[in-house]
Amino acid sequence: MLVRGLSGDSAAYHAFLKALGAHLRAYFRRRLSRLPDEVEDLVQEALLAVHNQRHTYDPDQPLTAWVHAIARYKLVDLLRRRARGDAQTDSLDDADEVFAASDAEASEARRDLAKLLQALPDRQRLPILHVKIEGLSVLETSRLTGLSVSAVKIGVHRGLKALAAMIRSTR
Amino acid sequence: MRTDDLVTMLSTGAADVEPSAARRRFATAIGWGALGASLLMAILLGVRDDLAQAAGLPMFWMKFGFVAGLAAASVVAALRLSQPGVALGGAPLGLAAPLLAMWALAGAVLLAAEPADRAGLIFGQTWATCPLNITVLSVPTWATAMWAMRGLAPTRLRLAGGVAGLLAGAVAAVVYTLHCPEMAAPFLATWYVLGILIPAVVGALLGPRLLRW
Repeated sequence: MLVRGLSGDSAAYHAFLKALGAHLRAYFRRRLSRLPDEVEDLVQEALLAVHNQRHTYDPDQPLTAWVHAIARYKLVDLLRRRARGDAQTDSLDDADEVFAASDAEASEARRDLAKLLQALPDRQRLPILHVKIEGLSVLETSRLTGLSVSAVKIGVHRGLKALAAMIRSTR
Repeated sequence: MRTDDLVTMLSTGAADVEPSAARRRFATAIGWGALGASLLMAILLGVRDDLAQAAGLPMFWMKFGFVAGLAAASVVAALRLSQPGVALGGAPLGLAAPLLAMWALAGAVLLAAEPADRAGLIFGQTWATCPLNITVLSVPTWATAMWAMRGLAPTRLRLAGGVAGLLAGAVAAVVYTLHCPEMAAPFLATWYVLGILIPAVVGALLGPRLLRW
């Protein structure tokens, strides 16, 4: 599904991300049993990371290894930021565990990405709003905003990266 | 925003992604970095006068092969480190091989030399400037390699920064062979290695800060 998603099949990509979100939720929930409030935020952060870094997936590579490395990186990043010496000794190294369980029940995230989106500059916010939320084509968005087609594409791309950076700095 | 909405947002209008992004990025990085290093070398140092003559000597090509081998192994390691879930595999071995070969050669040369000549073989004429020159020449590739790494997804940031720096040092050393008159293996095994390690250490120090995503 990811591979089809990478070649522009957005229905397959949607199904992939949805299933992945459920797996990530189960994975993080098990490892953040002391920090249950962080789980949904981290799921969203990891999904955004998977999306932003999807160009680093090599189709010859096992998907589980790629996803697990991203999930683990985001988890370690979170724990490092929170590190106050509350012993996190659980092993994080079981490669296939991201897909071992699934938890489709999406609870509310504490951090509201919609609010963070509002803080982006217009050249990034408007392309994301029109293309990614309203579902307009790049061409329509270009006409609507007066930005060039490539500026719209770049705005979406950079905007999502900026969103990920904002998430990191709001922790 | 609920997670389901985020999923919908991310998948809506998601453009297709070009494959082998890592390779293209590092190819671009090395191209511009090597060009920058060559310009710096031409302006600050100049090509050695007897380059055509030196190119006929086996030791010139040993030297070239040594640093080019390090550069090639660093590219492989950098590519692997820039993609989540890809193991390093034989990359450390690939890095160690040219280094160990040069050290072995240096050892053999030193053993065969008269004790009085040994210091000269190690220090050559330019030991004081060689590591610094390589470090200066590594600056362009250091910047472009970090740019390449930043646009990908390294999960071991310190190691990734170090390898990007190593790549910069090795590319710089390849360019530096066109200027540097030193041909003794003990010199190369010491000062070239030191010059290549400086950008690598800086990369490892700054990696965690520069490469987070």
